[in-house]
Amino acid sequence: MIRVQAEDFDVGAELARLTTGRTDVGGVASFVGVVRASSAAGDLQAMTLEHYPGMTEKRLAEIEAEALSRWSLTGSVIIHRYGRLLPGERIVLVATASSHRQAALESCQFLIDWLKTRAPFWKLEETAAGGQWVEARESDDHAAERWRKP
Amino acid sequence: MKLLYFAWLRGKIGKSSEELTPPAFVRNVGDLLDWLEAQGPAYKAALADRRAVKVAVNQDYAAPDHPVKPGDEIALFPPVTGG
Repeated sequence: MIRVQAEDFDVGAELARLTTGRTDVGGVASFVGVVRASSAAGDLQAMTLEHYPGMTEKRLAEIEAEALSRWSLTGSVIIHRYGRLLPGERIVLVATASSHRQAALESCQFLIDWLKTRAPFWKLEETAAGGQWVEARESDDHAAERWRKP
Repeated sequence: MKLLYFAWLRGKIGKSSEELTPPAFVRNVGDLLDWLEAQGPAYKAALADRRAVKVAVNQDYAAPDHPVKPGDEIALFPPVTGG
């Protein structure tokens, strides 16, 4: 399931949804991305996330479909926020459920690695010096690259 | 065609979207960027580093040789930084 929204989300409720009413789930893996107060640009006052309505949802759905084709999952959820967020606020939730832990853990990491390099979101950091767009990191490309099929 | 600009490309070009009708010789993404760059100093500044400009045609990532045509939605943006 994909959601792109300005509002916060309830991590507990989202994880519970992956197991409610079923008995074939052996494990749920999750990643929650949070706005960190310290950045390369200095102390962060806020972070604004911009996205491309339409394309963002398409790419997230594609990434989720890829995970479902590679691993045997009983469910998955990707929620990504946009708008102005303060340090400590949640940005993104990726969660996967499977009968076995390895599929859940691996696919969860895959989803966040691919999301970071493929889903059209951009971060603007606000510090005392003003606003600055975050530059893409090579380490994120490398993290995504290791999931490429031979 | 409809052009959309995101993040610092929007800032440098000074608008988030516009309708443009490029000349007939603009057949692909590379042609379009070359033509746009000649439309004024703001475009030239925004497109100076081509490696920093990603393009999507109708919401799919597109390489320089990807064709463009009237009616397309074409987005220009920097490498993505979500998550």
